Amino acid sequence: MQNLSKVIQDTAKKLLEEKKVDLVVGFAQGSLPLRSTPYFARTVDQAANLIWDEYCENNLTNYLRKREEKVAVVAKGCDTRSIVALMKENQIDREKLYIIGVPCQGMIDRKKASKLVGGEILEAEINGEEITLKGNGFEQKAPKAELYYDTCIRCAYGNPVIYDELVGEEVAAKELSFAEVEEFEAKSAEERASFLAQEMEKCIRCYACRNACPTCYCPECFVDTSSPQWISKRAYSAKDNLIFQGVRVFHQLGRCADCGACERACPMGIKLSLLTRKGVKDVKETFGYEAGLNPDDKPVLNDFTPDDPQPFLMKE
Amino acid sequence: MSYEPKVVAFLCNWCSYAGADLAGVGRLQYPPNVRVVRVPCSGRINPLFIFSALRNGADGILTSGCHPGDCHYVSGNYVARRKFALLKSMLNYMGVEEDRVNFTWVSAAEGGRFADVVSKVSERVKEIGPPKGVFKKAD
Ligand code: SF4
Ligand code: SF4
Ligand code: SF4
Repeated sequence: MQNLSKVIQDTAKKLLEEKKVDLVVGFAQGSLPLRSTPYFARTVDQAANLIWDEYCENNLTNYLRKREEKVAVVAKGCDTRSIVALMKENQIDREKLYIIGVPCQGMIDRKKASKLVGGEILEAEINGEEITLKGNGFEQKAPKAELYYDTCIRCAYGNPVIYDELVGEEVAAKELSFAEVEEFEAKSAEERASFLAQEMEKCIRCYACRNACPTCYCPECFVDTSSPQWISKRAYSAKDNLIFQGVRVFHQLGRCADCGACERACPMGIKLSLLTRKGVKDVKETFGYEAGLNPDDKPVLNDFTPDDPQPFLMKE
Repeated sequence: MSYEPKVVAFLCNWCSYAGADLAGVGRLQYPPNVRVVRVPCSGRINPLFIFSALRNGADGILTSGCHPGDCHYVSGNYVARRKFALLKSMLNYMGVEEDRVNFTWVSAAEGGRFADVVSKVSERVKEIGPPKGVFKKAD
């Protein structure tokens, strides 16, 4: 990873020096262990702060909409899928964007790491496939693959789908899995409803999930309108919170890159991917469509065929 | 008192609403449980309308537009159809029963069928009872 950081820095410096771009969006060292932070490099000096490691979890595509200047971005597989989705919506001008693609094996889940050691992690060190977690009175080693985010473990698109330059070696193909969604589907309707109600009771309507998502950019979100006021502005009702999530997920159908940024952003630890990934799965199974893979196809809900399936019709 | 469910029906102006009209003109009897919301096209039915109806106390939903191929706006119901397939699945996933939210197509000439559909939906919603799960009443 050390050398990837170097390659990214050199690429960024060159792009800035040659004035090919005005800005490079990437990651820099965070102030906490297991946490890298989004970083905007506008000068060659600043480009030296760019890094790449297993903590670069944010979906940086969130910073690329409607940019006036020429921008380069350091993008993983899921980031590039969001870029493709936004290109289709005329939110990103491909001509003005330089994509530094980085193949991604997965990002490390801080919560999994804390759970493993059961204390506050003050230092983390990665050596090849192994991570060492240190804190007051403990030092523990673990295979890093065990600490990847669930969304990363189930992701089949670690390799960037589009790029101008690829940094690092492509990762081996993984199989896309919806195991947790299938497990949830197999439960009874009561169980599903009560689990979701419980989850939604935790929501404080901070909207971090909405803000973390590159494809959630409406100038006025339906939850913020007051005429009509679709749902309460308060977070007290699990029903309202579920409508927020249900409709948010609906607005993402055929656009969601399955990056998991919404779930990672949630301060209450709500299992949002159970809903977003249901959407991704249904879109794939019903219409054979996956978001952000092909810049030239039409988003699934902007399109139709005369013989689309109608499994939803009532039985008469 | 026996339980009489409230069914909110979203009917497109050109086919299903006219079908309901025809049922009325023909003096066909059907249960009085439906409350009709007339929309210009089934393509106008925002999934939020359905969530909102459930949120505000509907026991059941009926959504109906022109048969595919017959849309007054050519493709409104084709576009709606994709949304409905995904919406129905998502609602079921959230624990909303199969018979609670219903979708069909009724043409302007199908007055008899409209009465039939309404009877069936009312009957089935009555059978499953008031909403359970997340959308249960009182809060
Ligand atoms: S981030 Fe979590 S708590 Fe905040 S609005 Fe979204 S679901 Fe609710
Ligand atoms: S809905 Fe969540 S998983 Fe999907 S693109 Fe947005 S942030 Fe990523
Ligand atoms: S939830 Fe829907 S309305 Fe709100 S910002 Fe996201 S896409 Fe827009």
